[in-house]
Amino acid sequence: MTEQLEKLPVGAMDTRASGWWAMIFTVFTEASLFAYLLFSYYYLAVQPHVPGTFPEGGPPPLGIAAVNTAILLTSSVTVGWAQLGIEHNNKWRLVAGLGAGAVLGLIFLVIQWFEWGDRPFGLSSTPYSSLYFVITGFHMAHVVIGVLMLLVLTFWSWRGLFNSRRFAHIHIGALYWHFVDAVWIAVFFTFYITPLLGLKS
Amino acid sequence: MASTDYTRRPSAAAETSALAMRLHKLWETAPGLYGFLASVDHKEIGLRYIVTAFAFLLVCGVEALVFRLQLSWSNLHLLTPEQYDQLFTMHGMTMIFLYAGPVLSGFSNYLWPLLLGARDMALPRLNALSYWIYVCAGVVLYSGFAVGFGPDVGWFNYVPLAARAYNDGPNIDLYALGMILLGISTTVGSINFVVTFLRMRAPGMTIARVPILIWGTLTASAANIFAIPAVSLAFLLLWMDRNLATHFFDATGGGSAMLWQHLFWMFGHPWVYAIVLPAMGMVSDGLPVFCRRPLVGYSVVALATVATMVLGFGVWVHHMFATGLPGVSLGFFSAASIIIALPSAVGVFAWLATIWTGKPVFTTPFLFFASFIILFTIGGVSGYMTGSVPVDWQLTDTYFVVAHLHYVLIGINVFPVVGATYFWFPKFFGRMMDERLGRWNFWTMFIGFNLGFFPMHISGLMGMPRRIYTYGEGMGWDWVNLVTTAGSFVFGIGVLIFIWNVVKSLKAGAPAGDNPWDAPTLEWATTSPPPPYNFAVVPTVASRHPLWEDRLGTVEHSVIGTGAVLEHGREALGTTPLDAEPNIILKMPGDTLVPVFLAAAMTVLTVGLALVNWLVVALGVLLVGGVLLAWLWPDPALGETAEVRHD
Repeated sequence: MTEQLEKLPVGAMDTRASGWWAMIFTVFTEASLFAYLLFSYYYLAVQPHVPGTFPEGGPPPLGIAAVNTAILLTSSVTVGWAQLGIEHNNKWRLVAGLGAGAVLGLIFLVIQWFEWGDRPFGLSSTPYSSLYFVITGFHMAHVVIGVLMLLVLTFWSWRGLFNSRRFAHIHIGALYWHFVDAVWIAVFFTFYITPLLGLKS
Repeated sequence: MASTDYTRRPSAAAETSALAMRLHKLWETAPGLYGFLASVDHKEIGLRYIVTAFAFLLVCGVEALVFRLQLSWSNLHLLTPEQYDQLFTMHGMTMIFLYAGPVLSGFSNYLWPLLLGARDMALPRLNALSYWIYVCAGVVLYSGFAVGFGPDVGWFNYVPLAARAYNDGPNIDLYALGMILLGISTTVGSINFVVTFLRMRAPGMTIARVPILIWGTLTASAANIFAIPAVSLAFLLLWMDRNLATHFFDATGGGSAMLWQHLFWMFGHPWVYAIVLPAMGMVSDGLPVFCRRPLVGYSVVALATVATMVLGFGVWVHHMFATGLPGVSLGFFSAASIIIALPSAVGVFAWLATIWTGKPVFTTPFLFFASFIILFTIGGVSGYMTGSVPVDWQLTDTYFVVAHLHYVLIGINVFPVVGATYFWFPKFFGRMMDERLGRWNFWTMFIGFNLGFFPMHISGLMGMPRRIYTYGEGMGWDWVNLVTTAGSFVFGIGVLIFIWNVVKSLKAGAPAGDNPWDAPTLEWATTSPPPPYNFAVVPTVASRHPLWEDRLGTVEHSVIGTGAVLEHGREALGTTPLDAEPNIILKMPGDTLVPVFLAAAMTVLTVGLALVNWLVVALGVLLVGGVLLAWLWPDPALGETAEVRHD
């Protein structure tokens, strides 16, 4: 090679880190998983059912779930705010944003837990009840993983492991968290909105 | 290791033996058991993948020979119906999941970084993880069979037969959970291939300059990322139906058996292409070497590869033509299935044109690659026939389908893989395989295969259903089955000759130089076997055939042997996704036990689920979480943390 080589970044740098690309495709495969879950919902929804069993006990109440949706989406905003913070070398904004995201995620989980308790059916009552617990359960499991991720990232950030040059871990974890929030919209729409639009037995 | 700097200008120099020695020290895998468990070298992992997959091929071949004996004449009772059911199920599962996919992962793992002019895959630890989970999944999938409780309802495991009410043993649970584990292995491997394609190509290797094998594996991997969740989910829901009394597939409780078929085949059909496209890629790269000319129609072959896969996502219902779906659905999926003949034919005519316009050299790899074209055509025509709904209604669940799928799987996977072994063996081990034994190997396998599997078309047309353990003497199927059994044993002898040739050549094969076939691509530019770091300096690529540029009269020339020197620890050059311009120096991980620990932790979790023991499940979850945390902990040596200033 005769020409002079350019100066290049070294190591896990921003969105050029291999882990960032790996997370993009992890999100693709996870999104497919949710697509197949929701396909199962719609596929079983259009089969014949005993009247009133799909959804079991009528459409689920919208109110608290809508509030919970807002809480989850807000967590994405705080995490995004943290991401911009570290790009400007603001460590405390990073810690605060990630920590707030984790707390909001936890609140979402607690409310979801009470939602589960309020359901008049169990996992094995009907196809609808199985779908409800498995699909929302899958999402809750993702939120649990996401909250743990945010807590660990908060700890690392507080320890000062990242700065405006090295923050690949933050963006990779945040990408996962934004996905977990976005996919909730699809789950929410399926369970809470489509029965109101007429998809029920 | 000291922290790195945020940026650096890589020095450019010619390769020297002093540099090679320094790199060897940096990249060498540790010796002994530790090195075996901790290696992240794509070449070691690739070879292990190939060896493990061949071991499974032998196991599934033995299973097949046993039940071929049972079927060789009417009213035989060598096997009980229960044993027969387990054998054909394990045979199918092994062939399609534990051999056909993994063997291609093995070749691609070994070859990709060499073909791309890179030091390793983009995510070496993920690569090791993929292999170890594959091994663990294989053990889980075989554990039931080993104690007499193998899965026994066919590799596509239809409900309700697979439901608890009709199959009350650990067999289906182990199959379900093993498949989920295997799905994780394939998914992380696929992500690694896609990221490697986007990030690790040598400078100048634009997407129009990558070998076709890269296109094949890339396409298969991208498809896996989208398709595998369907089958993992189906198996998880089945496990829940069986163990937690959910109602997904159970029609008596309001579920749908058809949902299983949809989820299974939404994955199943893309998977069929995932286990042939990389093999076609190996032929597209290997065959032209023995025709002494570049492949005819590189661009259309690459596009046809991608088009096959895209169409492959829209044909899954052709496995379900006989289930009573509405006519409009059958029409659509029939048309989509038949259209796949177009991109397939593009490949066939490109290979034929390459032979026709080239100067063929009739070596063993050439024979395997060229015969693949014939077998692919036969398998393609029988597939085209069953793509038509009325024909399928006549032929479904008969031996005609068994003939079709073996022409496709053995014809498009095993023959290219054996050919590829003859072709790349000199690169793997620095020795040639025996050419004379190779001829014996080829003709025994080719004659045995056609003798064994072509008559299945006839028994199928005569109405013989698949998956029956025996048949009455008045059916008129005796002779055709006897010929099939005889052929399968001849084929088995061919496989043994192949293994004998491998063993013999490992010890006593003629020494191969760097490029014994005078081939055009980058893997032949380095030594045989390649050093742990692959290339001492980063090559710069100017064409599709870097080593044939003089004779092809290429205007621009690739530069090999002089280029960027990266020796501040294990380093590799990252390039832009389309144009392959350098944009980062990546810090690469060294030997580590974390992948093998993670695979073990996931196996603990799987065992917990198989036993429905929540304590073991909780332990597995904790272990997985702990190992993941250790893996992802920001590492200064990998340039993942803020740096202390040196000045």
